[in-house]
Amino acid sequence: MNRDNDKGKVLIHRSLIVAAGKIFLLLVIIARLYYLQVYQADRYKMLADENRISTRLLIPPRGIIYDRNGEMLATNRQNFQAMIVAEQTPNVQETLNAFKKIMPLSEAEEERVKKDLKRNRSFVPIKIKENLTWEEVAKIQLNAPELPGIIIDEGLSRYYPYGEKMAHVIGYVSSVSEKDIKDDPLLEVPGFKIGKSGIEKLFEKKLRGSGGNLKLEVNAFGRIMKEIERTDGIPGERVDLTIDARLQSKAFDLFGEESGAAVLLDVNTGEILAFVSTPSFDPNVMAQGLSTEMWNSLVNDEKKPLSNKALAGQYSPGSTFKMIVARAGLESGAIKPESRSFCAGKMFLGSHAFHCWKEHGHGYIDVVEALQHSCDIFFYETAQKLGIEKIAEMSRRFGLGSKVDVGLENEKSGLIPDKAWKLKRFGEPWQQGENLISGIGQGYILTTPIQLATMTARLVNGGYEIKPTFSKVNDEAKNKIKRINVSTANLDLIKEGMYNVVNKPGGTAWRSQFDYNGQRMGGKTGTTQVRRISMKERQTGVIAQEDLPWKYRNHALFVGYAPQDNPKYAVAVLVEHGRGGSTVAAPIGGKLLLEAVKLDPTKKTVD
Amino acid sequence: MYKYYETGFRNQSLSIKEKIFNISFTYVLFIVLLASIGVVMLYSAANGSWRPWALNQGIRFMMGAGLMIVLALIDIRTIMRYSYAFYFFTLLLLLYVEIKGSIGMGAQRWIDLGFFKLQPSELMKIALVLVLARYFHSSSLQAIESVKGIVTPLLLTIIPAFLVLTQPDLGTALMLLFTAGVIFFAVGVQLWKFGVVLLGAIIMAPIAWNLLHDYQQDRVLTFLNPERDPLGAGYHIIQSKIALGSGGVFGKGFLKGTQSHLNFLPEKHTDFIFTMLSEEFGMVGAVFVIILAMLILAYSYSFAYKSSSYFGKLAAIGLATNFFLYVFINTAMVLGLIPVVGVPLPLISYGGTVIISVMASFGIILSVFIHRNITVGKSD
Repeated sequence: MNRDNDKGKVLIHRSLIVAAGKIFLLLVIIARLYYLQVYQADRYKMLADENRISTRLLIPPRGIIYDRNGEMLATNRQNFQAMIVAEQTPNVQETLNAFKKIMPLSEAEEERVKKDLKRNRSFVPIKIKENLTWEEVAKIQLNAPELPGIIIDEGLSRYYPYGEKMAHVIGYVSSVSEKDIKDDPLLEVPGFKIGKSGIEKLFEKKLRGSGGNLKLEVNAFGRIMKEIERTDGIPGERVDLTIDARLQSKAFDLFGEESGAAVLLDVNTGEILAFVSTPSFDPNVMAQGLSTEMWNSLVNDEKKPLSNKALAGQYSPGSTFKMIVARAGLESGAIKPESRSFCAGKMFLGSHAFHCWKEHGHGYIDVVEALQHSCDIFFYETAQKLGIEKIAEMSRRFGLGSKVDVGLENEKSGLIPDKAWKLKRFGEPWQQGENLISGIGQGYILTTPIQLATMTARLVNGGYEIKPTFSKVNDEAKNKIKRINVSTANLDLIKEGMYNVVNKPGGTAWRSQFDYNGQRMGGKTGTTQVRRISMKERQTGVIAQEDLPWKYRNHALFVGYAPQDNPKYAVAVLVEHGRGGSTVAAPIGGKLLLEAVKLDPTKKTVD
Repeated sequence: MYKYYETGFRNQSLSIKEKIFNISFTYVLFIVLLASIGVVMLYSAANGSWRPWALNQGIRFMMGAGLMIVLALIDIRTIMRYSYAFYFFTLLLLLYVEIKGSIGMGAQRWIDLGFFKLQPSELMKIALVLVLARYFHSSSLQAIESVKGIVTPLLLTIIPAFLVLTQPDLGTALMLLFTAGVIFFAVGVQLWKFGVVLLGAIIMAPIAWNLLHDYQQDRVLTFLNPERDPLGAGYHIIQSKIALGSGGVFGKGFLKGTQSHLNFLPEKHTDFIFTMLSEEFGMVGAVFVIILAMLILAYSYSFAYKSSSYFGKLAAIGLATNFFLYVFINTAMVLGLIPVVGVPLPLISYGGTVIISVMASFGIILSVFIHRNITVGKSD
């Protein structure tokens, strides 16, 4: 009994110790609650918010690009996409099969869809097909009962209404690549596209706008529960170009299958009205991403559709350079307006013969006639008297030999050689004969079509140093354009020569003339050899251009202006391997100038 | 505090009416309060819906409450008499699920009774307390203090604990061992023997470690270093701490717990329901639940001390300890103090067997109180 009492006492004693232990442990729990919920509450509140709040960037609509008349050149088009949401269909494969009955879906596309489905959670919409037409959208909606889980999503995608006609001006947008500088969080957004060439690249910052923020509450699986906050971004700004879509289209169409470039300028402002390089490519395809196959065919095409020939193509100016030589001659007094030279069809420098394109010569001619008939002998002699330094100096005044810098990528500077250049480049002194061939725009001289257009504009605008631009030039900026240091009287002589080229019988562009309410054009053709004509060939008869492979045919050039009094437009046309300046390039230039004159907003209406 | 009919000192039998009036209604009120909090939290866990959990839990609680009353009215001597039978029956059930599991019918811990799934391991928590109380009731202090005297109770503990561990149910096995340990300590087993057992445990630890399943080893390792696997096992505890901490003092409000309702918090209706409660009702709500548990414990102890029988005292203390272990292990686990071992919060976490076993425990504790003046013989 005594022991039993002890047993009971031990139990009470020991169980009280246990009870104390329990209370202690529960107090530890309370202390821990205090530590987490009071002491560290702020930290955990932040972590909880990080968990539940997902911030997304709102992509601003890209700025629209307009031509000078408010015609859209690049815009954003609703892009209807068919998407599949796995959790909304009992059987993904059956839905895809049903979809295929309505719309073709290649095996590769189906594979991609399945891969994406596997990689994402079941509520994430996966793109099946994009750029659906209205008819396709209607078809899907009509068959909705057989297509559980298929939804139509609307996005914006870049659209170029003029397609390939504007490709080398507008450029295109494409996915951000590794190389691009990621200075904007927008560039990190999957699927975001930025300007990769042309105006799209030049005005990228302006067109892009800035992204907005969307704060969403998401659950642990990433599903969006609700919108918490939205800050709208700033839409991209519009860009107005000097391009006239009608003239641009016309110019593009005039080339047909030919490869080449044309630039049409306002001679008083330098505004670019048309800027064409052919063949071209479809920027809409570029924006969507093109297949390796298509890419390879573009890259391997011998006519180089991806190259912007208007400013990246360098060609001998040929006879179109003769105005510069004439200008330099008149300026230095090497030739006088009234002095005549005799052309016998060839001349000798030492033992070497230099030929005129006209085998039997032009006889006695003055500078205006020399331009009209494009007499080579006259300009050989002028160049011989001038020397290369004076020719080079005059060339530079008219914008040759350096980039005109319109802001587009890959522009080439062309080449205006001089004695120092040759010594440096080849380690040899300048040769007399090189003066001669420089006189007819051959030899080392290289120009780009946009330089030729600039040169022509400066020759006919009364001597103003205009610079080609895609941005509108207001009156204030126009009045600031500097004069070139040349005499106006002599300039008129050049204009006269160019006028005669087109409008006087025997002029090389005689067949391209037009008369639109008394408005006519002046111009100058050029044909440059791609391969040398050997002595043997000269004796046996020159092989007809048509019989040569394309890549050995002559380049054809034409520069021109209109109207004849008070010129407003200048054009430069280059047709690669186009055989002849007067037969191929001049008609294109002529028709383009005629169109410009016809469409001139300041033209007087004539009954 | 509570009123009951004063029963005669030597009155060895009570009428049903006397027994009913002797039920501690304050105690019952605490239990109902705790269970109600559970139902409310389950309603929230289902994003403000009675289904699938809250309604079920309410019904099970009613059933549990019925069982509690029935057990409360059963004579303490009867309970003691059937202690061994109940223990061995439960052991058989444990063996049954063990064998059923090992012959390839899947690792099941329960026996499907149709209307609910009986987990023998839950029954064992009660059976072990009763069988040890019965054993020590009959032992003398001398026997208890001898080595020989504790061999039988040790075996009675280790056999079911091992069976449960291999199920595998680490949480329940630990609870059985801890409960038994507390009983051994309470009856006066010398501390050095605990030292020996502890030493033995440490030596056995590598063997026990290998008996643990990979996921159990994972849980222990992850507890020791939660950053080890922030997206796997560690994810639970990290998200639990974020939910708790972000609840602050007053919580985010009923149905407004972001961690819970956006599913960052796993198992929010079972093991992590305390976290959800702490997120929505803050420290205030959490401490309220702890205090409620403390009150239930305090009452259970006072019932034990009022009982005239050694069996009654020990049974009440053992069962109260069982309840304490549920509460402590669960809260310590979700607070990141101990590894995640999968112990529910009694009456609050969703789950049928736990409600039934906890309510049965409360019934026996109430029976101890109601029959406090009944003399129980050495081997009654």
